[in-house]
Amino acid sequence: MKLTLLVWRQAGPGAPGKMVPYPVDNVSPDMSFLEVLDVINEGLVARGEEPIAFDSDCREGICGMCSLVVNGVAHGPEHATTVCQLHMRHFRDGETITVEPWRARAFPPHKDLMVDRSALDRIISAGGYVSVNVGGAPEANSLPVAREVAEAAMDSAACIGCGACVAACKNASAVLFVGAKIRHLALLPQGDPERARRAAAMVAQMDAEGFGNCSNEGECEAVCPKEIPMLNIAKLRSEYARALWRRGK
Amino acid sequence: MTPPAAGSAPPTSRLDARVPAGPISGKWDRHQFELKLVSPANRRRFTVIVVGTGLAGGAAAATLGELGYNVLNFCIQDSPRRAHSIAAQGGINAAKDYQNDGDSVQRLFYDTVKGGDYRAREANVFRLAQLSVRIIDHCVAQGVPFAREYGGLLDNRSFGGAQVSRTFYARGQTGQQLLLGAYQSLLRQVQAGTVRLFPRREMLDLVLVDGRARGIVVRNLITGAIERYAAHAVLLATGGYGNAYFLSTNAVNSNATAIWRAYKRGAFFANPCFTQIHPTCIPVSGEHQSKLTLMSESLRNDGRVWVPLQAGDRRPPSDIPEAERDYFLERRYPAFGNLVPRDVASRAAKQVCDGGRGVGPTGLSVYLDFADAIGRLGAPVIRERYGNLFQMYERITGEDPYRAPMRIYPAIHYAMGGLWVDYDLMSTIPGLFVLGEANFSDHGANRLGASALMQGLADGYFIAPTTLAGYLAATPLRKVDAEAGEFDEVQHAVTARIDRLLAVKGRRTARSFHRELGRLLWDKVGMARNEAGLREALARVPALREEFWQSVSVPGRAADVNQALEYAGRVADYLEFAELLARDALERRESCGGHFREEYQTPENEARRDDERFAHVAAWEYAGDGREPVRHVEPLAFEYVQPSQRSYK
Repeated sequence: MKLTLLVWRQAGPGAPGKMVPYPVDNVSPDMSFLEVLDVINEGLVARGEEPIAFDSDCREGICGMCSLVVNGVAHGPEHATTVCQLHMRHFRDGETITVEPWRARAFPPHKDLMVDRSALDRIISAGGYVSVNVGGAPEANSLPVAREVAEAAMDSAACIGCGACVAACKNASAVLFVGAKIRHLALLPQGDPERARRAAAMVAQMDAEGFGNCSNEGECEAVCPKEIPMLNIAKLRSEYARALWRRGK
Repeated sequence: MTPPAAGSAPPTSRLDARVPAGPISGKWDRHQFELKLVSPANRRRFTVIVVGTGLAGGAAAATLGELGYNVLNFCIQDSPRRAHSIAAQGGINAAKDYQNDGDSVQRLFYDTVKGGDYRAREANVFRLAQLSVRIIDHCVAQGVPFAREYGGLLDNRSFGGAQVSRTFYARGQTGQQLLLGAYQSLLRQVQAGTVRLFPRREMLDLVLVDGRARGIVVRNLITGAIERYAAHAVLLATGGYGNAYFLSTNAVNSNATAIWRAYKRGAFFANPCFTQIHPTCIPVSGEHQSKLTLMSESLRNDGRVWVPLQAGDRRPPSDIPEAERDYFLERRYPAFGNLVPRDVASRAAKQVCDGGRGVGPTGLSVYLDFADAIGRLGAPVIRERYGNLFQMYERITGEDPYRAPMRIYPAIHYAMGGLWVDYDLMSTIPGLFVLGEANFSDHGANRLGASALMQGLADGYFIAPTTLAGYLAATPLRKVDAEAGEFDEVQHAVTARIDRLLAVKGRRTARSFHRELGRLLWDKVGMARNEAGLREALARVPALREEFWQSVSVPGRAADVNQALEYAGRVADYLEFAELLARDALERRESCGGHFREEYQTPENEARRDDERFAHVAAWEYAGDGREPVRHVEPLAFEYVQPSQRSYK
């Protein structure tokens, strides 16, 4: 295949960015999207030019590091797939493909396609955990958890923290990410004692980071590589309301 | 470059692992009592550097924070949650005996020592088995959503040849869930102010003061600044060196630089030739390939492995009649068939491919065929068992494994070797502790499935926090800050190396060197090794390294995001490490676990261990660039598990 990638290049946070075309030949349908970028970069480096900066790590769809908007869609056109697992057989010979970074106020740019997602860590720091120290845990089977409850918690815990939900949202809202963690821990008995405090603190941090509000478009669910449903947003709202109610009492 | 003389170099010293005396089951308890403590009020006066945020590093940093130490925690990714522990699929072993099937600490200990082909330290493995049960308790308390039975209790599955069900799991994402548990505990400590996080930092060197590890020098991957940090002790949890082979199941940023730099500062490197090759990976599809993806080994329960009987048979698999197929594992190992251990299955696949019978566009893969199982059980049963794996396979290859056989090939997966540590997980540099895959660890010459997660968490949650206190309380450490002259020297060396990389301005990419090195290592220091091949590798690696420093192209500046520079630095280290890897493989003149020397095999092509000459850990001491490293040994005594020869016929 012969393709042209139209890639966002930006030297640094303050610098103006622009789309730069990179023609690439001999693309095999078995290549992953990131491997096409590798090929372009290898050519640039061999010529002494700066490669396109982009994030990736595990390249098997679980670490959440890769973060590209391909043809206007976070992680590209394949459903439930991170961009590292997107393969070129889903594109047509001769196609021009646009490649852009996550764009959100809470994700300031570093360089080219790399952005700063540390806001997501700070939301978890605010309360996305169970406060247990090593050493004090009771015997693991002392607290039974119904299988369907454990499975539902796992559905939410599957979030990889990539931030595609934010990138896809016209408001750059992080409610799906936050809701997934709130639901995961609220469903389990281990997370129950801190439910109210956790929901209030995580939502407050989310707002402080400059993420937008949710207007129920569902773009987040559509691009989520782990198919985390909007149900988690409903859970965030009910847990937050519960937290406010308890605080009011 | 003259190759080393034939015959093992005589060991110059015997390493003392400082294993506590007494019966094995009481060693850890007594050692914990005998170690000195740091009182709660004094802990915040101690600064501890933890490099890495995977299961070992993340767990250690979180736990040290909980205890009240002042922790500085570094990682290469943008968030501690992305460490490569996240990609572990299958599960974590623990001797809970929830299934009433005869499991015990003793049995997990036995299975692990035997699985490691009798090249692990007994006392460490026993402690690991003892701690395994507490790991599960802690992870459940953190809210890890392990799989459960309908009664609400934890579910187990069997794994990796064990005869009991002791593996705890969270779907196919056990590593992810355990890592997120550690990550959440870590961020709780960040919020509490005990841990400071330094993401997007790459450790480029270790700083010694008075012969002790007292700090690190890192590169800030966003600004390019060289930063220095001082501490009372340094914990390395930076993972394995599998990416030296270019293609592996490791993440693309996993690298050997931190442990290699520590080696060059005096930490001994143990058993680098013990590398695990996993048999069921999705094969290489072409030159562009950047990494390999593992498919759970469980597929071999129902899939049959075969290649065409005739070399060069390019017909599609459906056109090859039964009589013209070679089910080579079933033929060679009738008793175990397709379920032989990882190392045996991997070697057999390589042999048929080397003989020209490999399939697929590159000829480097074998079929894993489910047609019989689908015929016998029906597609719905197969879908229920392996649906997500089939989906993953189809996503990557574009082929539907319900209709055509999968193609698989072995890939480098895990490093059993690593920096040598004593019973306290301390390296030969006082104050430098090494955790998880980065140490040479408890897995001997071969790691069992679902044991990596167990070891990382045991090291991080339980062992290192205890032994570190013993070190800090017993060692007079003078006040050192990052302005000390020792830091200037190390920073100067780091900066000079970066400047040198940028100054070459050649025409060849670091990636092309890495690819060439990887191919050489795979061919000569891969699944099957021999003296001639290892000597060839030892001759070719220095030449390649020479060429690298003559002609590598590293564009851009030092003071900027510069991924080409990051990568070139890692490749430069692989080009040094590769020589040690080959040398260790050459000197270990036996076959054991993941290390198969073609000269040392039984008439049935099985690994032939040499307990007389090689029942020891080989630990290498750096002796200066251009000089041969010194091989030390730690003898291994087996008092509780009697070594025996493995057979799978």
